[in-house]
Formats: sequence, C-alpha cells, structure tokens
Amino acid sequence: MHVVDLATTTRRELNQQLHALAADTNDTHWRIDNPEGQHALVAGLDAPVTVEIMGHAGYYCAGMNKLATVIIGGNAGVGVAENMMSGTVHVKGDASQSAGATAHGGLLIIDGDASARCGISMKGVDIVVKGSIGPMSAFMAQSGTIVVLGDAGEALGDSIYEARLFVRGEVKSLGSDCIEKEMRPEHKQGLRKLLQDAGVSEEVSVDEFRRYGSARQLYNFHVDNAAAY
Amino acid sequence: MCGIVGLFLKNSELEPRLGAMLEGMLTVMTGRGPDSAGFAVYGQGGAGKIKMTVRGSKLDSVAAEIGEGVTGILRDTHLVLTLPSTEEERVRQWLALNRPDLTVTGVGQRIELYKEVGLPADVARRFSLAGMSGTHGIGHTRMATESAVTTAGAHPFSTGADQCLVHNGSLSNHRSLRRMLEPEGIGFSTDNDSEVAAGYLTWKMRKGATLAQALEASLDDLDGFFTFVVGTETGFAVVRDPISCKPAVMVETDDYVAFGSEYRALVGLPGIENARVFEPEPARVYAWERN
Repeated sequence: MHVVDLATTTRRELNQQLHALAADTNDTHWRIDNPEGQHALVAGLDAPVTVEIMGHAGYYCAGMNKLATVIIGGNAGVGVAENMMSGTVHVKGDASQSAGATAHGGLLIIDGDASARCGISMKGVDIVVKGSIGPMSAFMAQSGTIVVLGDAGEALGDSIYEARLFVRGEVKSLGSDCIEKEMRPEHKQGLRKLLQDAGVSEEVSVDEFRRYGSARQLYNFHVDNAAAY
Repeated sequence: MCGIVGLFLKNSELEPRLGAMLEGMLTVMTGRGPDSAGFAVYGQGGAGKIKMTVRGSKLDSVAAEIGEGVTGILRDTHLVLTLPSTEEERVRQWLALNRPDLTVTGVGQRIELYKEVGLPADVARRFSLAGMSGTHGIGHTRMATESAVTTAGAHPFSTGADQCLVHNGSLSNHRSLRRMLEPEGIGFSTDNDSEVAAGYLTWKMRKGATLAQALEASLDDLDGFFTFVVGTETGFAVVRDPISCKPAVMVETDDYVAFGSEYRALVGLPGIENARVFEPEPARVYAWERN
C-alpha cells in the first residue's frame, strides 16, 4: 500500500502523483492520512486504483472520478464526486450539498445523510444514500438513479428529466413535474442490484421503496406551464 | 465568500484557551476572507461594571480624560474601557463631544469586539487574541464583494448590549428593514446589510423574544442569503436561510459547540477526531444558553 501523509505532503503533490498513474499501474492501493477537510482531494483520477481517505474531506473530493474507487472515512464537503464518469466513491459519514452533481456514471454510496441538492443535474450516476437527502435533490436530474433509504427533503426531483428516484421513507414534497410512479419488475430488479452494490440488500427490501420520476410535462415550452419553469 | 467561525464552551476548564482556539479557526478561514477580520470575545465581567470597546487612534489617555472610575486596556487600534454601568450614557456623550473620531464597536457586561483591515492572522496577532480567555466568541473573515474594504465594513456587528452577529451572505431587503427599525430606536453606524440583521435581532429581543425566537422570526422577515452566527451575554446561536446558500459545518462535544464555514476551520479543536460533525439544516435555529 502507498501511504501519503497530508501533514507532510501538499495536496497538489498528492493529486499529481495520482494523475501520473498509468492504467496498468501496480500501485493500486493508496491511503491518505490527515486529510483535515482539504478541498479537491484526489480529484481527476483516471486509473483503476483504490484510494482510502482517513478522515473528513473538503469540497469536490473525488470530482471527475474515472475508474478509481475512493473511500472517504469521514464526512465529505460540497460536491463530492461531482461530474464522476465511472468508478465508485464511498462516503462513510455524511455528504454536504450537491453530492454527485452532474455525474455521468459510476456509483456514489453515502452511509450517512446527504444535504441539499444531492444529484443535481445528474447525467447517469447511481447514488445510494443510506440516510436521508436534503431539499432540492435531483433538481434537473437527467438520467441515473438515486436510492434513499431514509427521507427526502422539499422539492424532490424538481424539473426532472429521466432519472429514477427510489425513496424508502417520507418525501417532504415533490418538485415541479416530479410524480410518484408505479414500481414495475424492471425497476425492482435495478433497485435490487444497487442495494446489493451498496451492501444493504440484506437489511432492506425493494418492496419498501416508492418510485418517483418525471411527468414529462415540462419537456417543451407550453405557455400554460410558464409558472412552473 | 467570507468565512465565519464561532466557539461556545461548555467546559469551563477550556476558558483560558478560548482565544487561542478561536485564533486557529479564524486564521484557517483566510482563504474565504483575506481583506479584513474581526471577532468578539465574551470574557470576565465585573459587578456593576460594563465594558465599552472603542476603535480609533491616539487612545493612550482617553480613559484618564473621561474621568474617575474609568479604566482602559489598549490593544493596538482598540481600547476596552471599563466603567460603572450607570456611567454609560455620560461616557457616550463625552466621546461624542470630545472624541468624535472614535467609534464604539461594542458595549456590554462581558463583550469585547475587535475588527481591522488585513489578513486574519495579522489582525488576531495585533489584538493578541490568542491570550484572551472567555466563555464564547465569534469571528469573521471578510472578502469584500458589495462595499469597500474598510474597518467599518468588517464584522462582527453589535447593535445591543452584549449582542453581536457575523454574517455570510447578502440581504436584499435591508433598506426597508432599516427604515422600519430606525423609528423603533435601533441605530446604525454603517450602510452594511449585516448590521441591519444585527439590529433586527436586537429589536426582536428588546421586545421580549429569546435569541432563538428572534432568529426564528428572522427566517420570515429577512430576504436574501444568510448564515448567521450570533452571540449574546449567555447565548450562542446559528441559523441558515431556507435554501442554505452559504456553507456551514458544526461540531458539538461535551466540552464545546463550534461552528465553521468549512470543516477545515474546526480541525485544530480538541477531540475533533471523535466528535459529531454535522451540517446545520436550512431554516432551523440552533441555539445554546449557558446555565
């Protein structure tokens, strides 16, 4: 294992070391000590390596992640895994606002809660939150899936396009053009797979979830909807 | 931008270290606000006495000139006067008449309030923050976006005895609030929107609201973006606007409650590794009172 101590190494040096990794590197397991909430930690990875961050991370941790598995031992600040393309980001604590924002692919697992705007403008990422998510989550979500074992805050899925939202607890309110939808077998199958990937398929059943998605009424401008845009 | 921090001690053994802890938190927030910094510390108070923090230059002989019973402790550009509480009005009048160049930054039984232009670390050092003891304190690092880099525009703002507020954000209805508050007897010394927020809370508490109730009301009456950290003689509170526009991280242990705009500000606090770190929810008032 490669250990980098951020008490003695700068974040820029760390990120440059990780960016320099070749796709077939043998240096596949990294441990980052003393992160102390620094911003932009391990952003922009593009190699199939595992990076464990031993504590809390600041803003944009693992942003733009590709192929890598990033495990954050504590909480993550604003924009964790924003614009992720592939790979896995696992937050052991809570995530701040805009977790998984605009992400195209990969899997984001949050063991605790995610605050406001989780999955905003998501474009294909799968997000599993074991706690609850804050207001305005999945705002303008385009594709991908959010699974929430707890509750969802106000205006869930406002102006949503084609993302799928599964919530086990209560939804405080749905945003414009977001509606509850029928759970068909293919939805249960996809949900089951994500619960397995997140390691919680033993604890919760797909039957406990409700599905939400787009009513597809705001796709094209219609003057009657002017107030909802 | 701007960075705000706050620290409220539950364990009195930590009180001699309040200033040192607050200095560490403030300095880390330099990246969010390098233009000016300020802080308020709630220290010891004497029976029947009040403290009046005055800012300006040529402060050496001010206490003596005001007269008997008034003492002063000089820290760089600020002078903390201690005077009998019955003398407050006389001292204010004396200052207005004889030293109109000076500004009163804060008054109360225990509050001392310092603010200055410059890097937070330099500001903290000039006022010897690290050596201050107290029960709670709040601080601010400013990145000026709406008005000039001046000491008057630096936070915290104090509009009532032992009250102070730091603000990250901007208010859009501060002009109309100011017009409502001024006839109610709330005075303002700057054009700053954050001072209006402080004045609003002072007004609410003057009408009998608790700190928590005043902040609850602010959620209805203030329009704009805000994360506030507020101190009173015995209280400490945090609130964020309903869309949580500005960042906030908190930690609570058996020994203290601390607030930072970012987690980085809290890294140096004792026992942080095992503490419960959380993000305060939007439109929810978090308040603590000393017993």
